[in-house]
Amino acid sequence: MKYIILISMLISSIVAKAQDVQMADTMRSEGKIYVVIAVLCVILIGLFIYLITIDKKLNKLEKEINS
Amino acid sequence: MRNWWKALTVILLLYTIIGGLLIPVPKQVILYESIRNLYFHVPMWFSMIFLFLMSVVYSIKGLSSNNLSHDTKARELVNAGIIFGILGTITGSIWAKFTWGAWWVNDVKLNGSAITMLIYLAYIVLRGSLDDEQKRARISAVYNIFAFVLLLVFIGILPRMTDSLHPGNGGNPGFNSYDTDKNMLMVFYPAVIGWILLGWWIASIRIRISTLEQKLEA
Repeated sequence: MKYIILISMLISSIVAKAQDVQMADTMRSEGKIYVVIAVLCVILIGLFIYLITIDKKLNKLEKEINS
Repeated sequence: MRNWWKALTVILLLYTIIGGLLIPVPKQVILYESIRNLYFHVPMWFSMIFLFLMSVVYSIKGLSSNNLSHDTKARELVNAGIIFGILGTITGSIWAKFTWGAWWVNDVKLNGSAITMLIYLAYIVLRGSLDDEQKRARISAVYNIFAFVLLLVFIGILPRMTDSLHPGNGGNPGFNSYDTDKNMLMVFYPAVIGWILLGWWIASIRIRISTLEQKLEA
């Protein structure tokens, strides 16, 4: 019984700490602007990957047609 | 490394988004955080003007050499430039709604840019109406030079001669107070270069596609 109380106290203190940490992490500060930045970066990187893929495809076609 | 500038485009635009949203900006009434649109709305127009300028360069080259590949380049640069012009118009409209109070206001620069867009759309229509390749190349090249001069008048000169809501035009004090803000310039210049490079990249892909198409048709 003693152990159970001890463990439950330990867990609750860890949870409390985790919540503290969660609220203070970078992604949640400054009105969550970092979340917007993350989203925009994902979109931009996605578009770039798409553009690079098109570029590469075109390279291949050019080689095929010009040879 | 032939494609170093494509890597530079990626780096500059990622920096534009991260720096553009995080680096502190001067606090201004009415504008507030929307001042950050400077990194996104203005470079759209700069990219459009750059692409149209390069198009004129190829048009002149084409006129002096009669080489049809210059005509292809001129056309695709205009096509890509129009996309940036449309994006500039839409983003400007959104920005105007929340700072000037309306989606569209009768501002010289707004109307001038609208007329410019119509002039360039007419370039595309003109091309479509001519069947003979050589003739089309020459006539549209001459029209392109004419169109670019009008662009300079409508976007560059007229807005500066009358009152405009746009900063730096007419009696309106420019982005002077922000121009001197080093934080903003640190993002603005890389942003302009990044967006222009992106426009060039897209245009180059369009040029390569049409070159291939012509090769297949021939």
